[in-house]
Amino acid sequence: MTSTTTTPRSATGSVALRGVTKVYGQGEQAVLALDGLSLDVAPGEFVCLVGASGCGKSTLLNLVAGLDRVSGGTIELGEGVNPGLMFQEPALFPWSTVESNVEVPLKLRGLPRDQRKERVAELLRTVHLSEFGRKRPHQLSGGMRQRVALARTLALDTPVLLMDEPFGALDAMTRDILHDELERIWSERKLTVLFVTHNVREAARLADRIVLLSSRPGRIIYSTRVDVPRPRRIDSPEVSAIAAEVTDRLRKEVGRHGQ
Amino acid sequence: MASDTLAGSARTDAEISGLDALEIAGREKPPSRAIRLWAATWPKFAALALAVAIWQAVVWSGWKEPWALPGPAVVFEDLGRYALSASLWEGLATTGRRALVGFAAAVAVGLLLGLGVARVKVLRAALGSMITALQTMPSIAWFPLAILLFQLSEQAIFFVVVLGAAPSVANGVIHGVDYVPPLLVRAGRNLGARGLNLYRYVIAPAALPAIVAGLKQGWAFAWRSLMAGELLVVIAERTSIGAQLTYARDFSDAPRLMAIMIVILVLGLLVDTAFGAADKAIRRRWGVLDQAGN
Repeated sequence: MTSTTTTPRSATGSVALRGVTKVYGQGEQAVLALDGLSLDVAPGEFVCLVGASGCGKSTLLNLVAGLDRVSGGTIELGEGVNPGLMFQEPALFPWSTVESNVEVPLKLRGLPRDQRKERVAELLRTVHLSEFGRKRPHQLSGGMRQRVALARTLALDTPVLLMDEPFGALDAMTRDILHDELERIWSERKLTVLFVTHNVREAARLADRIVLLSSRPGRIIYSTRVDVPRPRRIDSPEVSAIAAEVTDRLRKEVGRHGQ
Repeated sequence: MASDTLAGSARTDAEISGLDALEIAGREKPPSRAIRLWAATWPKFAALALAVAIWQAVVWSGWKEPWALPGPAVVFEDLGRYALSASLWEGLATTGRRALVGFAAAVAVGLLLGLGVARVKVLRAALGSMITALQTMPSIAWFPLAILLFQLSEQAIFFVVVLGAAPSVANGVIHGVDYVPPLLVRAGRNLGARGLNLYRYVIAPAALPAIVAGLKQGWAFAWRSLMAGELLVVIAERTSIGAQLTYARDFSDAPRLMAIMIVILVLGLLVDTAFGAADKAIRRRWGVLDQAGN
């Protein structure tokens, strides 16, 4: 983490944003993407960030991932934590096999060869792709590619997972199954997840807590706990009720920009 | 609760493998290698046969004297003799060495230049358009200067070969690095690849197809420059394919002249095929041959 201020904390999986501001451009063309955003994510917590276009959701994840610098405020992560980031596209390396893709972070960490092999096999088992290790990304379906991307991110062995609409491009059936998968992996590995989506139902299905962001600039306007026992179904009445509530708030926010 | 989760996860497993099987099914049809090879080869042979037939027809028409335009039979007979003679192999050795050394130097210069321009803004502003301008310069136009600078020597040929090929290689590198998908760079950085590692794990492999295209084009330029050079810069004590072509014209030995031309054509074609195969192999690995992207 060179681009963010890191204060060592005891709880490694926590994420703390303090008055985070992000401005793009300079002078008159400057755009305020995030305006003094503060958010505490507890270790092992699953937080979904929901908002309409232009709320700076992706900006926020880039900042936490250290791919971009904050203009103001601080982002605090556990000591030595490098969060893993997943995108809407799998962003796999097309020149490598599935195995080699998952192996990249292990190589970069300098793990010896036999340990890498073991870890790759274990990670592919986790995402149910053991038989596809020798395939190339273009030979897989969209959902399978996204699972490879998940395995590759998990290979970072990081307690914090940042997900930027990772299932946005998938069909509903595949998405439902991947929700189950993500929930299982999250609880098994006790991960902290910061999950960005514009799909309110998806947020209600997955989150411990839903945080609603306003658009231009991004600020937190609403936050709610999802106290529905797991495992959940996306079409259960409890999940639907929470989704409806958040959708109302979101529509109000969008409507504000129409006036 | 626990048993419920377990049953749930078993169900999910079955669903996942089912979905995977359905989505993958029918994607890979094993194409027969022999059939593909035949389909790719026979039109080439047909075209070749047609070209020889037209050549023979022109000779029979009596348009030119036989000493100026010999027929295929005479030329191929001479090609057979030429292939068994020491002069072909000596010439090939010299020309091949020049081609290899010249191309290798051009690749080295081109890679460094391309990387520099792709990475350093000032260099791009200064050299970017000049590299393209250099590429449009016919290499034969460099020879008068090369001969002034280096006299009739290997260096003169070398100079022109490098000048001819390096810009193409550099352009390939620049193009390759420029068009690395930013998403892959972000993914690579997030996975812990910084600095040199980012080049090793992301930028270099992502740019490889464009770089190979640049190498292929660079080779074509190097080969043309080399032939022009060997025709112009004849070094008496060292025989080369180009020099032999000049001698054949000097002695009005038309069959030999055409035999040498066939050798030059075949050599260029062979190397080009090798580059083509490399290019295709890469694109197949990338998955851009049968479907778009990712």
